[in-house]
Amino acid sequence: MTDTIERSGEPADSAVLDRLVVRFAGDSGDGMQLTGDRFTSVSASFGNDLSTLPDFPAEIRAPAGTVNGVSSFQVHISDHDITTPGDEPNVLVAMNPAALKADLERLEIGGTLIINEDAFDERGLEKAEYDTNPLEDGTVNPYRVIKVPMTSLTKDACEPLGVKPRDAERSKNFFALGLVSFMYTRPIQPTLDWIQQKFGKNEQVAGANTAAFKAGFAFGETTEQVGHRYEVKPAQLPPGEYTSITGNTALAWGLVAAGQLAKLPITLGSYPITPASDILHELSRHKHFGIRTVQAEDEIAAVGMALGAAFAGHLGVTATSGPGVALKSETVSLAMSIELPLLVIDIQRGGPSTGLPTKTEAADLNLALFGRHGEAPIPVVASYSPAQCFHAAIEAVRIALKYRTPVILLSDGYLANGSEPWRLPDVSTLPDISVPFQTEFNGTDDQGNPIYLPYLRDADTLARPWAIPGTPGLMHRVGGLEKADKTGNVNYTPENHQLMGDLRQAKIDRIADDYAPTEVIGDEDADMCILGWGSTWAAIHAAVQRQRRAGHKLAWIHLEHLNPLPNDLGDLLRRFDKVLVPELNKGQLCNLVRGKYLVDATSVSKVAGLPFRTREIEAAIEEARAS
Amino acid sequence: MSDTAVTLTSKKDWASDQEVRWCPGCGDYGILQAVQQLMPDLGITPESTVFISGIGCSSRFPYYMNTYGMHSIHGRAPAIATGLAVARPDLDVWVITGDGDGLSIGGNHLIHALRRNVNLKILLFNNRIYGLTKGQYSPTSELGKVTKSTPFGSIDPPFNPLAVALGAEASFVARTHDLDRKHMMDVFRAAHEHRGASFVEIYQNCNVFNDGQFNDVTKRTVRDEMMIDLVHGEPILFGAERQRGVMMADDGFLRIVEVAEVGIERILVHDVAHPFPSLAFALARLNTDDHSPTPFGVFRAVDRPEYTSAVANQLARASETKGPGDLETLLRSNGTWLVD
Repeated sequence: MTDTIERSGEPADSAVLDRLVVRFAGDSGDGMQLTGDRFTSVSASFGNDLSTLPDFPAEIRAPAGTVNGVSSFQVHISDHDITTPGDEPNVLVAMNPAALKADLERLEIGGTLIINEDAFDERGLEKAEYDTNPLEDGTVNPYRVIKVPMTSLTKDACEPLGVKPRDAERSKNFFALGLVSFMYTRPIQPTLDWIQQKFGKNEQVAGANTAAFKAGFAFGETTEQVGHRYEVKPAQLPPGEYTSITGNTALAWGLVAAGQLAKLPITLGSYPITPASDILHELSRHKHFGIRTVQAEDEIAAVGMALGAAFAGHLGVTATSGPGVALKSETVSLAMSIELPLLVIDIQRGGPSTGLPTKTEAADLNLALFGRHGEAPIPVVASYSPAQCFHAAIEAVRIALKYRTPVILLSDGYLANGSEPWRLPDVSTLPDISVPFQTEFNGTDDQGNPIYLPYLRDADTLARPWAIPGTPGLMHRVGGLEKADKTGNVNYTPENHQLMGDLRQAKIDRIADDYAPTEVIGDEDADMCILGWGSTWAAIHAAVQRQRRAGHKLAWIHLEHLNPLPNDLGDLLRRFDKVLVPELNKGQLCNLVRGKYLVDATSVSKVAGLPFRTREIEAAIEEARAS
Repeated sequence: MSDTAVTLTSKKDWASDQEVRWCPGCGDYGILQAVQQLMPDLGITPESTVFISGIGCSSRFPYYMNTYGMHSIHGRAPAIATGLAVARPDLDVWVITGDGDGLSIGGNHLIHALRRNVNLKILLFNNRIYGLTKGQYSPTSELGKVTKSTPFGSIDPPFNPLAVALGAEASFVARTHDLDRKHMMDVFRAAHEHRGASFVEIYQNCNVFNDGQFNDVTKRTVRDEMMIDLVHGEPILFGAERQRGVMMADDGFLRIVEVAEVGIERILVHDVAHPFPSLAFALARLNTDDHSPTPFGVFRAVDRPEYTSAVANQLARASETKGPGDLETLLRSNGTWLVD
């Protein structure tokens, strides 16, 4: 990469970088996620734009010191608008040999390598399966290496506090954070305050962490080895009030907002599953919003509870990942058949089966679109950035309520745990998505008596009325058996089944009439169009920007609605000679548009458990251009 | 709904206009009659009542009730009903299930609804056979049962539904049978009065695929000697002359004894409210097959915190301490910064 760090002018005492990618890597028990989070928060409040990529093993504590147990946190900060966590880190903090082994190849050539020297003893090297010491055998020669005995310096710093050496050792991540904070001119007070707030109840831990943090900072200040300080100025973000937010938090808050905008209480049924559990955790805290959460006995019960709540007039929601969606499939079909609103959230992860629970992938698109028995079309909405999960949740709920249908909302592990600054929306501008309950009779029987017809459809939306228990006179039964048009009574006739199947499909098709015209980003007269969906947005955004800056014409369409697809999509795609579809799967959307629009689209596929790097997208674009 | 709750209803107000389509002679008809006849006595309204069922012959039940209802998915009724009850504790929620629906494919949901003590009335129609799929053995079929799927006899030991329910910490457990409408109504009424999950096993005859399964116990001619009527606070006696009874022997096991031989004071006095479920469990296991004296009535009815109330209480407490939720405050709860 040529533009990893554009250094402005000669390095002075404090050189200015326009952007910086730091990767903290250590053992699962070393607190790397916490360290990365702190660095992120401080940078966010400092005003940098940022994007993060937490990367950790599925095991809670894999054997200490092994490559399998390495937990990393990559954060990209900048003085301008960025979308990705960065292709190659400029700085790698390796707390032990295993971390070095796992992550060194990611570091840019010439990048800064900060090593906890103490961990590179015989035992540490053996656990990481190094035959020779990489600090001595030339492995680290291509990098600017800063060796620091972090463990012993942390112990020394904590000794006056009376902290036992073994306990003190646990604070070494704060030493690393202090050192990096010095090197990249991060404000220190917010972290000191945060340590007090987080650990204040345990004076000794708070003291040890503070001492370690200060020692790390002081080490940077006094040691020539560290050399120049760098800073990354605040980004010129649009004016407004910002918070730093992860995708799962944004999604949960989007649900809270959707409940308010729909004027409906929320009932969430959920079963713990990585990486979706944080939605259950977050919503469980907000009972004062009238949100009921049930940790169900299994995934099937979780969606069943949500559907039961929907029948009762609540906003029924369930949150899960791919394996859970598979289990919920039968209930989603029932919800589709009895035409009740229901939101199913799929935070996708690496599959199939248990796969890579803590890594990202977007390979559940086919499952979301087609993973049901019978003809059971349902809307699918995909979020594309951590903060945008807020709006995606509202949009998914809007569709579910307006069309009385289950909706699948796709996010993924990268969006779920990644964070970015979010300019808070003006709450008063959020849409009213409320729908009325049916409270009156809407038909007459043969004798002219008023009756309730649960399957009499709205002429525009084809949605059926939603009459909830407790409403006098509108008692009715719904069920999985085929229902007669209008009355909803059990009906097995061929004509009715054909009609109901047609109506259910037509209802879903009409949802696309609500969409704004599809936006083509970039050059509408380009030969090539990138078609994306989901979290690939970040890497595509960066790649398209660079390609266009380099003078290449390029168009980009990013889909938020995967079913029904926008009405204008086929015509738009046919305008371009080349359509590239980058996906973290084996080409699921690509196959769909090829089949649906007869467009000769090309798949750009990655299923490595990691997001695309910008240069991978660029390479695909360049290859397509050359072909 | 406080105004309508006192409105008097009659049996016909509870019957839907749908033609009942069980096989002629099916035990389900009697159960439907009992429920429809009981409903007006309960002081509730059709609009505040919901029947949720799974899949199977019994699960067609909601279609025939003029209430809100859902004929849902095989085994999932307790889960769906839990969501419904959590969302709307004001409703009267009944679950209709069978031995296959509730104890095989839906066993997990059943035990967890009972464990949580969700305010549901769960009626399990036990006919010891799969009827809707035309005659395979069920999880309550006896060992050795010859069916279409077990031509050489079933090798699966059966579940005892009441023992399962008690093992799942059920707070109300009862048994009745499809031939005695009054008994059914009494048991269903008690189930309705109970606050929490009420579990009722109904011996139900499938006259097509498993006819006469319970004849040795529930037929009018043998009933006196084979049915043990459990009455709270009374000695457990049965027989035409109430000459037999249930005694706890010195080894701690329950035995059926002749009262004349042991004396009435040795006969166990039934206590539905006993804090420990051991006695109810022993009674549930008293009969080992369908050819020996079998207890009926309420086995256990104890007060235990009810789930939907607990959910509502947590919400109420959160609102008291934090005030009503405010979106603007929530969005700022992780700290913010201003960009000019």
